[in-house]
Amino acid sequence: MEHTPPPFFRRGPAPLVRLAFFASLSIALLIADARFKYVDSVRTVLALIAFPLQQAAAAPEQLLRRLGSYFVSQSALSDEVASLRKQLVENAQNAQRLDATTAELAQLRRLVGAQQRLGYQSTPIEVLYAGRDAFSRKVIVDKGSLRGLVPGQAVIDENGVVGQLTRVYPMVAEVTLLTDKEQAIPVQVVRNGLRAVAFGAGNSGMLELRFLAANAEIEPGDRIVTSGIDGTYPAGLPVATVSRIDRDAAAAFARILCQPAAGIEHSRYLLALAAEGRAPDYPEETTPAGEKKSRGKQKRKREARDAG
Amino acid sequence: MPAERPNYILLPVRISTITISFFCALLLNFLPWRSVALVPDFVALVLVFWCVRHPRLIGLGVAWCLGLMMDAGNGVLLGQHALTYSLLAFVSMSLSRRILWFGWLQQSLHVAALLIAAQAMQVLIRLVAGGQFPGWSLLVGPILAALTWPVLTWVLLAPQRRPAEIDETRPI
Repeated sequence: MEHTPPPFFRRGPAPLVRLAFFASLSIALLIADARFKYVDSVRTVLALIAFPLQQAAAAPEQLLRRLGSYFVSQSALSDEVASLRKQLVENAQNAQRLDATTAELAQLRRLVGAQQRLGYQSTPIEVLYAGRDAFSRKVIVDKGSLRGLVPGQAVIDENGVVGQLTRVYPMVAEVTLLTDKEQAIPVQVVRNGLRAVAFGAGNSGMLELRFLAANAEIEPGDRIVTSGIDGTYPAGLPVATVSRIDRDAAAAFARILCQPAAGIEHSRYLLALAAEGRAPDYPEETTPAGEKKSRGKQKRKREARDAG
Repeated sequence: MPAERPNYILLPVRISTITISFFCALLLNFLPWRSVALVPDFVALVLVFWCVRHPRLIGLGVAWCLGLMMDAGNGVLLGQHALTYSLLAFVSMSLSRRILWFGWLQQSLHVAALLIAAQAMQVLIRLVAGGQFPGWSLLVGPILAALTWPVLTWVLLAPQRRPAEIDETRPI
């Protein structure tokens, strides 16, 4: 800094001025992004520019994997075929049962006048790479809005829910994993239908059920599935298994940690689920006067109805 | 002045070398790494290198654009890397004469300090934006990056080295 040239060598604005310019530009961007979400179009353009680089970076690994699969031995292949056949038979049996059960369920729901469950169509996607950010759990996948993906879709692997599409660019999309600290998913305990919300527990790779009372009826080993009441996630997808419960009498809520069912951090091939129909809208809040009180009452009423 | 033994007289740097090195660094950063905290930030490293070597060629504008690419490619807050890289470029440009005076070990130490400060800046931005501190393993990346500094210097300066054998048929 002390090497500033004499004024007769023209070098444009002083370094400190440039720094101030670029720093304030960055801070403006940061605030616009974090607070107001104004910069999504800029982000889309930048993502398009970065796309060839991302593809190129993913290429060597794909090539290696292809080479590896080319040189795989005959015995390994036949073993794999055998195990896959076995799995196919098991799955076929399950699928037959599922068909019958689905038909029966639809009939029963018609009988009692309940809403029909929505159908879901799926798009296979592949993980390109994990986002380079130690603060969040995100992966970038190889399809985008050009292939019909929209933000908000649930993403699953063969064992359960992995996450949700949070940003969709034309060629790639970003999946926020369930273990991300800011990702929440509405769930239900299979054993007794207890509803809860699971949040990511950050770096541990676990999920956490928050806001359940210290005496809630839940025990280690309980299986947790999506409840489907949000209209985003289909109902009944496996999410996690309860692994540890700390019931502290001093705290209002129990601290419940769950082990995710899906291979959240290491699955490579995923499915993005899109609802075929539209979930019914939430009922309008009608009373403008005394809004706060009635909303509270309505909420309580809804909770009572849900629980009942 | 640079404390290289033997002292090479380097050819002037070509813009294509700089461009290709930044391209490769971006490529390395986009590779599917297993754990992101432990991998050095290659773009920051190469940026420091060129800012130290040629503070008049590489400006804050380049640093800012690279940072924006990193932000968009990784889906983090837009401006996080951009701010960090412009600060990093500024500090390395102002320290460039000092750093070049030292041998490779001391240079690496300087680079480690710079990169750790840059990492701290990113942590600060994320904490202000409501993140959770991910743990001290974040320090591993910058330190590994500083350890690769001598190798990086050798590789990136290779295109500028004059061929050692003397051409006898040259007229002058």
